[in-house]
Amino acid sequence: MAFVEIQNLSVAFGRSPALRGINLAVERGEAVGLVGESGCGKSITWLAALGLLPSLATVRGSVRIDGTEILGAPKARLEPVRGGRIAMIFQDPAASLNPVHRIGRQIGEALGLHRGMTGERAKAEVIRLMDQVGIPDAKNRINAYPHELSGGQNQRVMIAMALAGQPELLVADEPTTALDVTIQAQILDLLTTLRRDTGMALVLISHDLGVVSETCSRIAVMYAGRIVEEAPSGQIFTHPNHPYTRGLMGALPPLSGARHRLVAIPGSVPEAAQMPQGCAFAPRCSAATGRCTEVDPVPLPLTQDHSAACIHARPYAQAGQPLHHHAATTRERAMQ
Amino acid sequence: MNAGTADLLEARDLARSYTVRRGLLGRPTLVRAVDGVSLTVARGETLGLVGESGCGKSTTARLVLGIEPTDTGSVTFDGGAMPRSGTAAWAHLRRRMQMVYQDPLAALDRRLTVGVQIAEPLDIHRIGTAAEREERVAAVMAEVGLQPHHAARHPQSLSGGQRQRAVIARALVTNPELLVCDEPISALDVSIQALVLNLLGDLQERLKMGMLFVSHDLRAVRQISQRVAVMYLGRIVEEGDPDAVLHDPAHPYTQALVSAIPHPGKTTTRVILQGDPPNPANRPTGCAFHPRCPVATPTCRTQAPELKPRRSDGRRVACHVAHGEAAAARAPASLETC
Ligand SMILES: Nc1ncnc2c1ncn2[C@@H]1O[C@H](COP(=O)(O)OP(=O)(O)OP(=O)(O)O)[C@@H](O)[C@H]1O
Ligand SMILES: Nc1ncnc2c1ncn2[C@@H]1O[C@H](COP(=O)(O)OP(=O)(O)OP(=O)(O)O)[C@@H](O)[C@H]1O
Ligand code: SF4
Ligand code: SF4
Ligand SMILES: [Mg+2]
Ligand SMILES: [Mg+2]
Repeated sequence: MAFVEIQNLSVAFGRSPALRGINLAVERGEAVGLVGESGCGKSITWLAALGLLPSLATVRGSVRIDGTEILGAPKARLEPVRGGRIAMIFQDPAASLNPVHRIGRQIGEALGLHRGMTGERAKAEVIRLMDQVGIPDAKNRINAYPHELSGGQNQRVMIAMALAGQPELLVADEPTTALDVTIQAQILDLLTTLRRDTGMALVLISHDLGVVSETCSRIAVMYAGRIVEEAPSGQIFTHPNHPYTRGLMGALPPLSGARHRLVAIPGSVPEAAQMPQGCAFAPRCSAATGRCTEVDPVPLPLTQDHSAACIHARPYAQAGQPLHHHAATTRERAMQ
Repeated sequence: MNAGTADLLEARDLARSYTVRRGLLGRPTLVRAVDGVSLTVARGETLGLVGESGCGKSTTARLVLGIEPTDTGSVTFDGGAMPRSGTAAWAHLRRRMQMVYQDPLAALDRRLTVGVQIAEPLDIHRIGTAAEREERVAAVMAEVGLQPHHAARHPQSLSGGQRQRAVIARALVTNPELLVCDEPISALDVSIQALVLNLLGDLQERLKMGMLFVSHDLRAVRQISQRVAVMYLGRIVEEGDPDAVLHDPAHPYTQALVSAIPHPGKTTTRVILQGDPPNPANRPTGCAFHPRCPVATPTCRTQAPELKPRRSDGRRVACHVAHGEAAAARAPASLETC
């Protein structure tokens, strides 16, 4: 059983569907990347899973932690999970650090909340956490205010706060988007080191395929409220199957070789209130056929660990593995 | 018009400082945002300007357009000295040099339709009759890939890509010879970035504009520029052909920058810089990069390196070690850890 098992998770705001059936599992200690363009539902997947969406959102489906359902669970069951077993670094840094409190106090509060630590013990642990996330001179820096630190250091403080509850899973939502590339490299390196040292799992949310591919072993590509492709990082790049994934890669300017026109994806992401008929990507898809506007494709396996939600995706053979025949039959059945 | 090889834009030794106060009671300190920058842009050429946040890219962009006065240094546009900002001569020149800003939503007025805003420069410069303006707006909208019905929309009801197209259309409506783009794609999604990069590349080729393309994204800069300048703390530290700079960076800062580019499927080791980005209010002595530089030598702490061509291949770089004037503190090979 996976540590976190999200099944058929859907979210709607009024009549607008924002998530349309997400299935995602995170194993213990694993690093999963969630990529996609703005508005595709990366953040609300985890906000919904952790019960953090406003009440006007309709949330359906199932989210199990170690087999225990937490979707719609009473507070008593949810509280130890949020910030405890699963910690989240939110996308909006301004909303997460309090500008008028010293950073040491803010990390200390997280320790009190999740581990009941106070006083000198808490202070020692705050310093240890700050050391662990690479904030130099932690003993003195505990008295600093967020505005006295750089963006990268504040991001480290947020990671320290997330680590305070000794989480089994850290969900980091665009943790490096606001940072310079050299600082981004430091933070990604830190997340990888922490995962190795603590054994926690990591979900890295980013709009940057490069960022997730380097940090994560498995990648889920989202489009319009759905996971359209999922595979080990290596395979996403050697065998991208969904036209949207291929589009994302074609859109990335190459670092070497001849400079050619980029293959841009025409049009823009559909608005939730106006989801296209059939495949949501059809209006922008260069491979679309007539059937694409009739069938709404669901993710189906192409190999043992690679799946795509496209009616034209075909199972393929991998070195050392037979063709996924079972996958082929499931696909055909689902297409009826 | 001054055709031929003469540079469209030439900036020499630009410097600009700001007085900033840290906190309410803090003492005012001087921030040298731009500290001796020289650059040129020829017609039909794109110069990419890269560097970390706060290194002075946007300030440089404002200085070359005369939006802000320089403390020292000079700007020449099409062979003539840049008129003082705010004067009639400067306003007249502005139609020939336009700017595209980073945040399309902030650059547009929420209360006005995009059609009206695209026409604005024509109204300001009193170009053409009402009918001609309308025609020009329609043409430029088509050029950037907006549909006619978008003209009646307000910015907030357009997608991010559409907004940035509207901003570009507004900049292009006067047929400028120089386009300064300050992070024109940073606020956009990857697929939209590709559209805008293609668009800018096409437009530039067709219209033979000179372009200054400011970005922190080296990929985008390589895609669109014929030359790239790397800035660090108010100065240009390296300049050259984008491929040469990307594949064989000469300056240790460029080396770190290049190796930090996230890359799908990347497996190579990377230089991880220690320490934080520098504080421009407290510029380190000597080479400003020395506190973070993995190969700094004692000379670096006291002497500022000069930007000059490297003897071997003419690459312009400002680094004692790259010029062979000081031996690297440690062999670079042993630094490629991570
Ligand atoms: N509170 C809300 N009320 C209404 N709609 C919402 C709300 N929160 C999110 N949405 C909508 O849900 C969709 C998914 O939003 P989400 O924040 O998950 O996107 P994202 O993939 O994280 O994008 P980004 O990369 O911009 O952070 C968007 O269309 C968004 O407008
Ligand atoms: N109007 C101003 N008043 C005071 N300081 C300023 C002003 N404009 C810029 N600065 C300072 O000058 C330095 C350079 O700023 P600039 O905006 O040019 O950097 P940048 O390279 O464009 O950064 P970014 O990538 O974040 O846009 C920064 O330290 C900034 O805080
Ligand atoms: S189902 Fe059709 S429209 Fe959708 S991604 Fe596949 S080919 Fe394109
Ligand atoms: S001059 Fe010295 S400190 Fe500066 S980049 Fe070169 S080696 Fe590093
Ligand atoms: Mg988000
Ligand atoms: Mg800027």
